[in-house]
Amino acid sequence: MAKRLAVVDVERCVDCLLCAQACARRFGEGGLARSAIAVRSAGGVERGFVVVVCRACDDPPCLHACPVGAIEKGPVGVRVVLDRCIGCKACVAACTIGAVGWDEEGGKPVICVHCGLCARFCPYGVLALEEVEGG
Amino acid sequence: MDRLLPRVLRVDLTRKRSWVEERPDLFRDRLGGTGAAIELLHELCPPGADPLGPENPIVFAVGALSALYPLASKTVALFKSPHTGNLGESHCGGRTAFALRLAGYGALVVEGRSDVPVYLSIHDGGVRFRDARTLWGMGSSVTVGRILRDVEPGSGHRTILRIGRAGERGVTYAAAIAETYRHFGRLGLGAVLGSKNLKAIVLSGRGAIPVAEMGRYQKLYRELHERAVRSDLMTKYHELGTAQNVGPLNEMGALPVRNLQATRYPEEPAFSGERLAQGYLGRRLACAGCPVACIHLAALREPHPAEPYFYKTTFVSYDHEPLYALGAMLGVEEAAGVLKLIDAVGHVGLDAMTAGVVLAWATEAFERGLISEAETGGVRPRWGDVAVYGEMIGRIADRESEFYRVLGEGVRAAAERYGGAEFALHFGGNEMPGYHTGPGAFLTYLSGARHSHLDSAGYAVDQDLLRRGEEIPPADLARRLLAEEARRQVLSSLVICFFARGLYDFPTIAACLGALGDDWDEGRLRNLGAEILRRKHAFKVREGFRLATLPIPERAVTTPAPGGAVNGTYLRRALAEMERWLEGSDELEG
Repeated sequence: MAKRLAVVDVERCVDCLLCAQACARRFGEGGLARSAIAVRSAGGVERGFVVVVCRACDDPPCLHACPVGAIEKGPVGVRVVLDRCIGCKACVAACTIGAVGWDEEGGKPVICVHCGLCARFCPYGVLALEEVEGG
Repeated sequence: MDRLLPRVLRVDLTRKRSWVEERPDLFRDRLGGTGAAIELLHELCPPGADPLGPENPIVFAVGALSALYPLASKTVALFKSPHTGNLGESHCGGRTAFALRLAGYGALVVEGRSDVPVYLSIHDGGVRFRDARTLWGMGSSVTVGRILRDVEPGSGHRTILRIGRAGERGVTYAAAIAETYRHFGRLGLGAVLGSKNLKAIVLSGRGAIPVAEMGRYQKLYRELHERAVRSDLMTKYHELGTAQNVGPLNEMGALPVRNLQATRYPEEPAFSGERLAQGYLGRRLACAGCPVACIHLAALREPHPAEPYFYKTTFVSYDHEPLYALGAMLGVEEAAGVLKLIDAVGHVGLDAMTAGVVLAWATEAFERGLISEAETGGVRPRWGDVAVYGEMIGRIADRESEFYRVLGEGVRAAAERYGGAEFALHFGGNEMPGYHTGPGAFLTYLSGARHSHLDSAGYAVDQDLLRRGEEIPPADLARRLLAEEARRQVLSSLVICFFARGLYDFPTIAACLGALGDDWDEGRLRNLGAEILRRKHAFKVREGFRLATLPIPERAVTTPAPGGAVNGTYLRRALAEMERWLEGSDELEG
């Protein structure tokens, strides 16, 4: 059964960014340039954090927004066909929760593929892979 | 080493210009961080510079492991200190290191002085000088942070470094504050920023760092991560935070209380790590890149003075040192009282440690009649009186009168003006940290490059020797502390948090650097550490520092430490050995 990355206990988030670092390492580099997960404060760190990542919509707006069909449904979430993508950022604008990241160097979107690597490095159980019904 | 790390961003506030210099020599041969920054300071700070003049540069630096390996999460700042008159070095966590490194720089150097108050807005390779006249003079540094959070881009991958009104007005121990709860606390970086008319630096970065050998890097990262989260770091620093030291130090009689007239409270202090966690802990935070999350925020709920049934909730970051300085040193009994004082120094932007020791000196001087209400402006400092201390913190920040101006230069200046040198607890001009453990601690305070308890951790050596019931000759203790301080120069060049010192021995560091394509071995790292330490000492000596003749406060050697009163002659012998080594060329045993 397919699995979806979920933010399961955001109250325990400490803003260490280990999730975002882990995501970037998938691309064979350090830093955060191509991370598909981001953390920002909910209006000051004392109020806690917002973890921004694709939630694998059943009917994804980003897919509908792409004018060239470069975003396809994956087993969970979506897959970007980079060769087809023209870098128009329509997907970025379409995502209500801002979970379509942008690779400035490559000029292409970065969207979570729900591999769960970030959850393996989250020290506090904020992130987890969950079974998806009928996935 | 990747191609971005050796980039040094230079900003000249006088001419409102910025440019980038490539300095592979500093980042390849000296690893960056403090190793690079001390060289830049030697180059850019003219001998005898006025610390609050435009000629005093500020160097912020990260290192080869920053933002890549677990707990490589700190930024170092070097400058000439307006507080001690020699080397100023301060370390800060938060998001500073990530932002600087991922903006594509190894260092940021700020020079000159702006004609009007400005803040720096550094994003996407551009440096902008923004008008800060509206922010200047604001009562609270917290408000400044809130405003910049809204008007500046980069949320989630930026640092917002700012000063409070103490920094604007040149209090020599004014701090610079990052992300509201982290600080470049000691030695007056806030005053140097203020002297440049620089209110804040907002810097964002989320770039990539190319890694030479990704497979090796991934494996090492995973191993270090596992070791970190399974180590006692998590129970030691995550659960209670550094505040966990308060109880044990109190129990062993090593917690300086009421200006070190005592070394313990009769009972466990109300502000021990356990009691704060039970009564107040509201959130834990981490520096970017660190799984430990040692930052503890207390939620302080207080009735509003003007409005019935209304409570305000304030978040206050607490650590051992502020609890010691603004709690134990002032004889405060209530946890809420200590938290209020920590909050107060944060708003005005003072170093919590020095502020506490200054207020403790003032209280004892008042008790002994060296100063009176004529000097204090009608307030009566008294042990544990939080309201009076809160009032005095504001007056120090505002440099309200001659007395408060002098207090704004620390206890050395205060004792020179009003007397009471025997209970003015400073070491080389820097106020005492919160460990009265024995000779090791004092030697660290006296000899450490930044007079910090963290320089060579003499407090830990003291406790180790006490446990073993051992005494060692002064020269042996001197060499043991120097070896530790030299090792820590490598950590603060890379720049690794000292809490992770157990994770990063030299072979591990060499392996981490190897995965990045840099060839290092244990011997070369050891030599570099010793060399950096000597380069720092040379800067201090250049600015008039003499280790062997430093005064040792009488109170420090008359109030017994757990192993008995510390012997002044012993300390002098050890200092002489340290000076001999620092000014020579011998190797050190590891």
